[in-house]
Amino acid sequence: MSGGAPCWQDILPGTVTLGESSRVVETGLWRSLRPILDVEKCVSCLKCWVQCPDMSIQTGEGGAVQGIDMFFCKGCGICAAVCPTGAISIRPESDFQDEADASSGGASPGKVGELVGQL
Amino acid sequence: MASSNAVLSENKRPRGEMTSGNMAFAEAMRQINPDVVAAYPITPSTEIPMKFAEFVADGLVDTEYITVESEHSAITACVGASVSGARVMTASSANGVGLMHEIFPIAAAFRAPIVFGLVNRTLGAPININCDHSDSMPERDSGWIQIYCEDAQEVYDSALLAIRLAEHRDVLTPVFVCQDGFITSHCYEAVEFLSDEDVREFVGTREARYPLLDVDNPVSYGSFVTSEYYFEIKRNQIEGMNNVMRVYGDISNELASLTGREYQPLDCYRTDDADYVIVIMSSAAGVVKDVADELRAGGVKAGCVRVRMFRPFPAKEISSALSGKKGVAVLDRSASPGGVSPLAAEVRSALYMSCRYGFVPVSEFIYGLGGRDLFPSDVERVFKGLMAEDYSSGASYIGLRDKNGGAEGGDGDGSR
Amino acid sequence: MGVVNVRELTGKSNPLAEGHRMCPGCGAPTALRQAFMGMDSPVVVVGATGCLEVSTTVYPYSSWRAPFLHVAFENAGAAVSGVVAAHRAMSRKKLFREEIKFVAFGGDGGTYDIGFQSLSGALERGHDFTYICYNNQGYMNTGAQRSGATPRSANTTTSPAGILAPGKLQRAKNLTEIAAAHNIPYVAQTTLHDPLDLIRKVRRAVETPGPAFVNILVPCALFWKINPADQVKICRLAADSKFWPIYEVVNGERVVSYTPKKPVPVEDFLRAQGRYAHLFAGGGVRRDLIDQAQADVDAEWENLTQNRRSS
Repeated sequence: MSGGAPCWQDILPGTVTLGESSRVVETGLWRSLRPILDVEKCVSCLKCWVQCPDMSIQTGEGGAVQGIDMFFCKGCGICAAVCPTGAISIRPESDFQDEADASSGGASPGKVGELVGQL
Repeated sequence: MASSNAVLSENKRPRGEMTSGNMAFAEAMRQINPDVVAAYPITPSTEIPMKFAEFVADGLVDTEYITVESEHSAITACVGASVSGARVMTASSANGVGLMHEIFPIAAAFRAPIVFGLVNRTLGAPININCDHSDSMPERDSGWIQIYCEDAQEVYDSALLAIRLAEHRDVLTPVFVCQDGFITSHCYEAVEFLSDEDVREFVGTREARYPLLDVDNPVSYGSFVTSEYYFEIKRNQIEGMNNVMRVYGDISNELASLTGREYQPLDCYRTDDADYVIVIMSSAAGVVKDVADELRAGGVKAGCVRVRMFRPFPAKEISSALSGKKGVAVLDRSASPGGVSPLAAEVRSALYMSCRYGFVPVSEFIYGLGGRDLFPSDVERVFKGLMAEDYSSGASYIGLRDKNGGAEGGDGDGSR
Repeated sequence: MGVVNVRELTGKSNPLAEGHRMCPGCGAPTALRQAFMGMDSPVVVVGATGCLEVSTTVYPYSSWRAPFLHVAFENAGAAVSGVVAAHRAMSRKKLFREEIKFVAFGGDGGTYDIGFQSLSGALERGHDFTYICYNNQGYMNTGAQRSGATPRSANTTTSPAGILAPGKLQRAKNLTEIAAAHNIPYVAQTTLHDPLDLIRKVRRAVETPGPAFVNILVPCALFWKINPADQVKICRLAADSKFWPIYEVVNGERVVSYTPKKPVPVEDFLRAQGRYAHLFAGGGVRRDLIDQAQADVDAEWENLTQNRRSS
């Protein structure tokens, strides 16, 4: 449904939407600050994982922190603030504007969240 | 099926009983054995949840019965249970219905097939416990089906029909089964009940399309929807209502084969050759039918249309029943201050497209507010007004004490 | 209820999924996400209208991995009652899985104020469900209006700090105690300062048969006027200043879960947030109101600890 807008005949009855369908929404497009993980300093204490509002801390076997999912990360900076080893630093997104394409092609989350932190 | 009565076993035999509209609805609920009932007391529908509580206490039903703290919570719990996949019933009246108002469109949008015993009572203020239709009429745009019953038998039969209609895959729309407070709800009359087994077979079990409780196939209900999608969702919902007439015909035929009792969306009484017709709803239709008989004995071709299904409104049927008549009076049991009363507005609207075949004058009357009785003499006066080609431009009030004689507006004659 | 091991939780899927549109640094999704971490059974979630409900269900998407129902603002308690009842009726018929747990949530507006009656009714009737209030102390979804949970002196859009009025004039009601007065088996209050405490409490709430109520203080970065990154710090100040006592009520007995070793003055908590900036503005510190806030906190702490179970 994220492509062409559906006609009324295509709508599921009852206002129904399907479970976890929002995982195509690229909330990372709101980000104005970017957390950078230094895996050398990270001790996988998971303080960032448990406090991340956007489930963006990626973990692997045994809860080892592997990275930060930029598709969803909104750049709130909580991960860096709670990190006991200074393994996460925050840099402005403008530092990365040379990167080829800011979007990974996910569905747009709208613009509202971009304004948070700028008010 | 009705012809096989001779071979029916004891538990399949229909039984006749003297009972009331409330008790008939409660008995239908016992036989339907819904999964969940959530209800709150309010006169005059209270007897329904009271009686049903006895069924629960005596183990006669398997229902989870939620004794909520308000009507708002009653209908909300019904919605929660219905989207979960359960078969759900409740009942209420008057200000209880008013308190539920917010949730009715939500139930309809969720395609939650709740069956609701609505015992019509005046919507305060001033507070009045007797019948008029001012509680259900404000809900006519809520997306619910509305069926108005003339007597307790019809209440019982309609409760069974409503379950099938509401839960039908092409409909999935909640239903109000309305009856007149005290007049129908509390007066005792003979009612024939189907056997428990026949009811069970007739209503079957609900097959929900997207039950919330299916944790292996999770869905979300009640999204936030922008204007990009809202219109399509609403139109999709309306299609359920659009399918009602077709589906209803099949289901009512099926029930008729069990009971011998047939219920059309319109109950047309001696209208085929009638010159003058009164359109009315619910219990007061009996008075109109009696008066029509008497007038016919005197050579006046009088008839009665009782509108049983108000939502969806049987506009085509009304149009064909009333086209070519010399005069039509619509008797509403609720007012629309500043506008045309609900039933009169529908009837006029239905007749508008058939104007090219001849204009049918339609006059508007308001009667019975706060439970005031409608007498045969009142009805006779209405018919006589039609015969005298007396068409008021505004609403006239029946049985109202009025220094000017009872008429409203510039050209009413006040003689009604 | 057992020790919570976060490492073991990372492998579990959470009923709240990615792609929700809560503001960056909002405490509400964190609270709910942590709440679900300790649960082992499948869950059905019911939400009252509010930020979290709206932002997780922007059509045609849903951020709920679990079944989710939103009916309206004031009736999450009634809605979950219906769902629980349907489950009881239908699991008897073996139609749905038996081990499902039920969680309803609302913000403080949908819980303390407009949803209070519905919640109270549901608690009184004893349905087996857990109600989580994500309490950001105001109607944030509509732009930071004051609620029954807004503390005294907070600057909101309907209790603005002006020339005469220094923000909200009244104390917040104590809904945790009101919930406990329903004599339900489990009531708890916590915040995001200690995820293990939150996870443990919700697990206990969910595993306790009958109704349970958990009141979680969550910052709203936007309207508490804090840096989103400071969320956990602010929660810790709320706990360490005793502004938000961390405790539970188990079968009527109050147990304080966290007693700060070195309590900080509530002034530190207030000073850290822009919603109290008017108390500290322009050099004219409103000592009277800060003292009042401290008096409010001390009185509530004393009430709580006087009732504490002697162990």
